[in-house]
Amino acid sequence: MSAKSVGVTGTRKGTTEAGAALAVRALVKTFDISAPFLNRLIERKPRRYLRAVDEISFDVPKGGCLSLVGESGCGKSTVARLVVGLYSPTSGEIAFSNSGGEQGLTTMVFQDPYSSLNPRWRVFDIVAEPIRELKLRSTENEVRARVEELLQTVGLSPRDGRKYPHEFSGGQRQRISIARALATEPAFLVCDEPTSALDVSVQAQILNLMRDLQDRLGLTYLFISHDMSVVRHMSDRIAVMYLGRIVEEAPSETLFEEPLHPYTRLLLDTIPALDAPNRDREITAGEVPSPIDPPSGCAFHPRCPLANQRCKSERPAVLLRDGDHQIACHAVEEGRYAPAGMT
Amino acid sequence: MLMQAHATTTGHSGAAIAHPVLEVRNLRVVFPTRHGVLNAVSDVSLTINKGEILGLVGESGAGKSMTGMATLGLLEPPGRIAEGEILLDGRRIDNLPEREMAKIRGRRIGAIFQDPLTSLHPLFTVGAQLVETIRLHLHLSRSQARRRAIDLLKEVGIPAASDRIDDYPHQFSGGMRQRVVIALALAAEPELIIADEPTTALDVSIQAQITALLRRICRERAAAVMLVTHDMGVIAETADRVAVLYAGRIVEVGHVDAVIHAPKHPYAKGLMDSIPPLEGRVARLAQIDGSMPRPDSIPEGCAFHSRCTLAGPHCRIAVPGLVETEGSRTACWLYSGGVEA
Ligand SMILES: Nc1ncnc2c1ncn2[C@@H]1O[C@H](COP(=O)(O)OP(=O)(O)OP(=O)(O)O)[C@@H](O)[C@H]1O
Ligand SMILES: Nc1ncnc2c1ncn2[C@@H]1O[C@H](COP(=O)(O)OP(=O)(O)OP(=O)(O)O)[C@@H](O)[C@H]1O
Ligand code: SF4
Ligand SMILES: [Mg+2]
Ligand SMILES: [Mg+2]
Repeated sequence: MSAKSVGVTGTRKGTTEAGAALAVRALVKTFDISAPFLNRLIERKPRRYLRAVDEISFDVPKGGCLSLVGESGCGKSTVARLVVGLYSPTSGEIAFSNSGGEQGLTTMVFQDPYSSLNPRWRVFDIVAEPIRELKLRSTENEVRARVEELLQTVGLSPRDGRKYPHEFSGGQRQRISIARALATEPAFLVCDEPTSALDVSVQAQILNLMRDLQDRLGLTYLFISHDMSVVRHMSDRIAVMYLGRIVEEAPSETLFEEPLHPYTRLLLDTIPALDAPNRDREITAGEVPSPIDPPSGCAFHPRCPLANQRCKSERPAVLLRDGDHQIACHAVEEGRYAPAGMT
Repeated sequence: MLMQAHATTTGHSGAAIAHPVLEVRNLRVVFPTRHGVLNAVSDVSLTINKGEILGLVGESGAGKSMTGMATLGLLEPPGRIAEGEILLDGRRIDNLPEREMAKIRGRRIGAIFQDPLTSLHPLFTVGAQLVETIRLHLHLSRSQARRRAIDLLKEVGIPAASDRIDDYPHQFSGGMRQRVVIALALAAEPELIIADEPTTALDVSIQAQITALLRRICRERAAAVMLVTHDMGVIAETADRVAVLYAGRIVEVGHVDAVIHAPKHPYAKGLMDSIPPLEGRVARLAQIDGSMPRPDSIPEGCAFHSRCTLAGPHCRIAVPGLVETEGSRTACWLYSGGVEA
């Protein structure tokens, strides 16, 4: 886990920049989804693989927040799990700058505050577990003090430690997961849809908490969501994924103001808007294809209004624009796209 | 509740009064438990006209689904309607025996739920399910029903409908399945469609397709739609009028533009402000502290008073009724002279 292990091919930035807390290079994760051996033998089926993450590269700036967005099944959670080490990469590199905490470098907050907390444990023990496990405090009194401090950090009361998860609302349970994630003093937090199961009013509380914690503790976030307004609120940079690949990555402002990739523009166009509801549009943007047998060339071509013959056959390379805008699209490369600002 | 059923069903007779398609009057839905009776829905009144989409919004547990389920006659015991009336086209349906209610469901009220798989049988083709539903409600031959099924699939936007009609539900994607469920709900040309979180399980780009479809259907068939969702964006894009529920009661109801852009009720305001803006990054989102009370701990007075920064002494004592406010009706003492300045 040292910062100096990066050497990238292709058009992306060369090495881990000094300010990057995490550098991911050409990361690939393939799942074997073959039928069991015997069935394969009897039914003469070949082995089948699914490329959930297909050669992606990105940096997360230290103290900043990079968000991954994209539709269901595009590989966001798989990237999260690779980054925290729950999966091992098929190939590619994941490098942290090691100036973070010594232990528990990265921890994860999950989408579902219900199933990610052990229902039979008291909240105190749920939060204390990583502290005891990693022996971060030597006496039980110190553990207690630390857990109480953590509960207060996330806006709960030390008394809440005696209760069980089911006694809390969804938002409070997500606070408990955050307290547990912070228990190891991580410098880097991976948050996989932390507010997707929550109502907007509760979501606002959790997002405010996460931003406060970021300021107070200097945390770096890899944030995952399919909600563009949440992503805009949280991120410095945004990477848009489609079928396992990053199709566009840029500073948030740029991505919202000048989206280049046709898929990014589709995503932005389809956000239900409060201010300018577009009630009578008819959208014919097709469906997300199966990642088991992704389309050839640019995986987006069957849904893309700009697709041409080249898009069907040749996979677009990642281009770098204006120094920090990654984009993989033939139309953009060929200058065939309509100027931005039309979304 | 059970036996006096048919006494009042014959209420209105043929006179050609233009009734709203759905009228709910003072509905109260309760769940008796060991610890007392829980009010899941209290004193909810609403109407939906032909060709109109009424959105029901509110956070989890606010009573949205129970309002829809009560209308469909699908409350699961011990849940029951304790007070109020539900009228379909001017006739009471809340007191019909289940046998008659079952006929009305499907024929006159179509239902669309969040998870398309709960509405589709995994072992039958989409076509078989559509044909069965169509023939149950309309007098058509098998081949006529099949033709109608293909038309319905086309109408909801399934490409190559005549090829896909013999596929099984699992062969469709999530968005396509929800289209099939909508086709099923439309099969008998219902006057009223109740859609409970129809897009919640879908991706945004697919969500937009389904809400556009709902609007088109509502317009073209002049159906009345009750759209239950917790997503303000979906409401803004889809509904004509909106009712905001909090702890089982309507706190504000009115035209979508009024409720979304100029909400009057402090809770509705807080809800709108807590949505991260798309236009740019703000330092901090407005947040309402605390959480909505559960049905077993709804406070006296206005259920929102303990979280409300504007609450006065009156708010703790009495439940405010809905009064006219610009573009909407609001249940808040601020608008009915109960809070001293
Ligand atoms: N353990 C696994 N074994 C086999 N396939 C997997 C596994 N985990 C994920 N996949 C597949 O990899 C693809 C990417 O999944 P992933 O969970 O990363 O998507 P996601 O972007 O997080 O989607 P969502 O928004 O639905 O959470 C999917 O097609 C999924 O079915
Ligand atoms: N079987 C039951 N027993 C007791 N209470 C119930 C039961 N079913 C629902 N309730 C209560 O009724 C209230 C209203 O529930 P309802 O399902 O209408 O909420 P909702 O607004 O649809 O929420 P969500 O967004 O979570 O679907 C809830 O507080 C719930 O706890
Ligand atoms: S590469 Fe081609 S198909 Fe892919 S997004 Fe760009 S124009 Fe569309
Ligand atoms: Mg995921
Ligand atoms: Mg519900």
